[in-house]
Amino acid sequence: MTPRHVGVVGAGPAGLAAAHAALAAGARVTLIDAAEQPGGQYHRMLPEAYAAERPGRLQHGWQEFERRRRQVLTHRRCSWLPETSVWALERHEGNPEPAAPGGPADPTGRPPRVHLLCGGPADGSGRGRRTLDVDALVLATGAHDRVLPFPGWQLPGVFTAGAAQALAKGERVAVGERAVVAGSGPFLLPVAASLLEAGSTVLEVLEANTAGTVARGWGSRPWELAAQLGKTPELADCTAAMARHRVPYRLGCTVVEARGEGRVEEVVTARLRPDWSVVGGSERTVPVDALCISHGFSPQLELPVAAGCALHGDRGRPGLGSGTGTGTGEFVLVDDEQRTSVPGVFAAGEVTGIAGEPAARAEGAVAGWSAAGGDRSARALRVLRRSRDQGRAFARRLARAHPIGAGWPGWLRADTVVCRCEETDFGALCAAFGSEAEASPRVAKLGTRAGLGPCQARICGPTVLELRDRLGARPDAGPIPGRRDGPGGGNRARGEDRAGDGPREQSAEGLPAATPHRRPIAQPLRLGELAASPEPWGTAPSGTAPDATPGTPEIATPDITVPDATTPGTAERTDPTDPSEESTS
Amino acid sequence: MSPRLVPVESDSTGRRDRPLRITVDGEPADGVEGQTVAGVLLVSGRLAWREGPSGAGRGVFCGIGVCFDCLVTVNGDRDVRACRRRAVDGDVVHTQSRARTGLCPGTPGTQAASRAEAQAGPQTGEGE
Repeated sequence: MTPRHVGVVGAGPAGLAAAHAALAAGARVTLIDAAEQPGGQYHRMLPEAYAAERPGRLQHGWQEFERRRRQVLTHRRCSWLPETSVWALERHEGNPEPAAPGGPADPTGRPPRVHLLCGGPADGSGRGRRTLDVDALVLATGAHDRVLPFPGWQLPGVFTAGAAQALAKGERVAVGERAVVAGSGPFLLPVAASLLEAGSTVLEVLEANTAGTVARGWGSRPWELAAQLGKTPELADCTAAMARHRVPYRLGCTVVEARGEGRVEEVVTARLRPDWSVVGGSERTVPVDALCISHGFSPQLELPVAAGCALHGDRGRPGLGSGTGTGTGEFVLVDDEQRTSVPGVFAAGEVTGIAGEPAARAEGAVAGWSAAGGDRSARALRVLRRSRDQGRAFARRLARAHPIGAGWPGWLRADTVVCRCEETDFGALCAAFGSEAEASPRVAKLGTRAGLGPCQARICGPTVLELRDRLGARPDAGPIPGRRDGPGGGNRARGEDRAGDGPREQSAEGLPAATPHRRPIAQPLRLGELAASPEPWGTAPSGTAPDATPGTPEIATPDITVPDATTPGTAERTDPTDPSEESTS
Repeated sequence: MSPRLVPVESDSTGRRDRPLRITVDGEPADGVEGQTVAGVLLVSGRLAWREGPSGAGRGVFCGIGVCFDCLVTVNGDRDVRACRRRAVDGDVVHTQSRARTGLCPGTPGTQAASRAEAQAGPQTGEGE
């Protein structure tokens, strides 16, 4: 019997676990990542050229990751495609374009065709175009920092917290000597620890949520936390590092402005109320040479949306208290086996909810096993599902403890840049959203150009949607409390006549829905590459293609391992007699 | 202060540096092998290298290929994300601008030039 072919997009914790489990279930796996090495952002590895003697020094859970990485990459049934971008997913004939996320399924029941750009340095020219058809597709594309705008956030020297972390962990660059880390969520702590480890001075770490909000979110039902103990040693290490360096951790505080001539030179911090409105008179000025910011995470949804996967959540409108979502934005909707609404397409990791690395690994393993058609009654699967469910509970608490408060637009001024690419400012958006003619998202986008620049709304998309709801149309959104210096009339709550008129599902004029995640070209490619006709993957691979290494000896088939979350410190193996572990070879 | 490499003698990972040199708008910039182009630009004293529509400077923001703030031209390829591109010794890097300066199409570093190049397709601007 020909083994099922599982394609996995993304080789971070979730994707690597998916590949591992799919191999254990007997499938053939093609694992795809844009980076040269697996690991994603969490296990971002040092470049091989650094020839580091202790590469695991900066990593948590390194040994297990390293073992899994080796098992997957050297497996006879695994093709590893590094430096490969998935630039499009193409639904099969009969339903080439989903009308809307969650629209009718592809009648063929097959997952979409994967369009690849392979074999070359990032954004280089002349990469090869390939197509890949698989029996099942696992999307594990992860997330990136969400940063809310504030005056001066576009100045050089203002980094996302993820950038500071990636530079420190991935190439040993410290972004500054005197840094402030601000935003919301537990991720701020490892970022501060990374900066300290790299020799920077971290002046303070500012959590925007108040002690009350954080305690209420984490404090209730603490047994749910115990399940995520895999995370605790990491956070304990971080807090120990902060204590050693006497770094203050202030709750209910944030950076409301960055200032400087051509680069950040100082930041203005302020105390916040629980809704993130500024406590007047609490502003302080702090000289810095780097500011690292993260207010949460945005999942990378362009591929799930291109596949037609249904989403859930509150459309990137945190803090509105609509009761429909988690308060943290939109995510891919998955069932108990990580299936999306599209047949043959699975999702795992941060695209389904921000739950951290242990949960991502468990989700990935469930997704990979299911995608490979693994035995649904396997004992290991039950353990993984339990771990996954504990991770989801953790995610709900994370969202409760670190929500984005509704008052943040009070930090904005008329000339505050909201869309970094086009430098569309808050005043222009207020004018557009205040005018009846421009209040539709499409018209406002064309009028203000917000979201039309090179990043294609990856950074400002959720912010612009939220501002539109708050400034223009949604009666449930409410006005913005405590505006500092906004243009007049911007925060009127208008729009009784537009009740229920959501921000993205309008398919006006027969155009696809205006979701901020809809990017038919998911990654940039050059016209020359687009013009070249693609070759199916596996036929006449070029010299650099991983398929050209058939001589790789097979090592033991990977077993499913239970994430650390449930068995700290050990990698528990599944029952080796379980016939589902290797039914095909 | 500018971003800097963790000194190799105090680096707990025990890395071994092999120096590399690239040029940025004709000026030499030194880094080590394995670094991204963005990393080399940062440790060679550059915090901003691209211009936004107003002409204001931009450098690294997201660091993982999402925000497109750090775009540069590498060996003739425009719009390369510096944070994702591994630097290679001898790389010829040019900075880019989106400033609305009214320059004619074809002037390096303008949006119009970018479009003209894109429309020209594979014949121009592809590799060196």
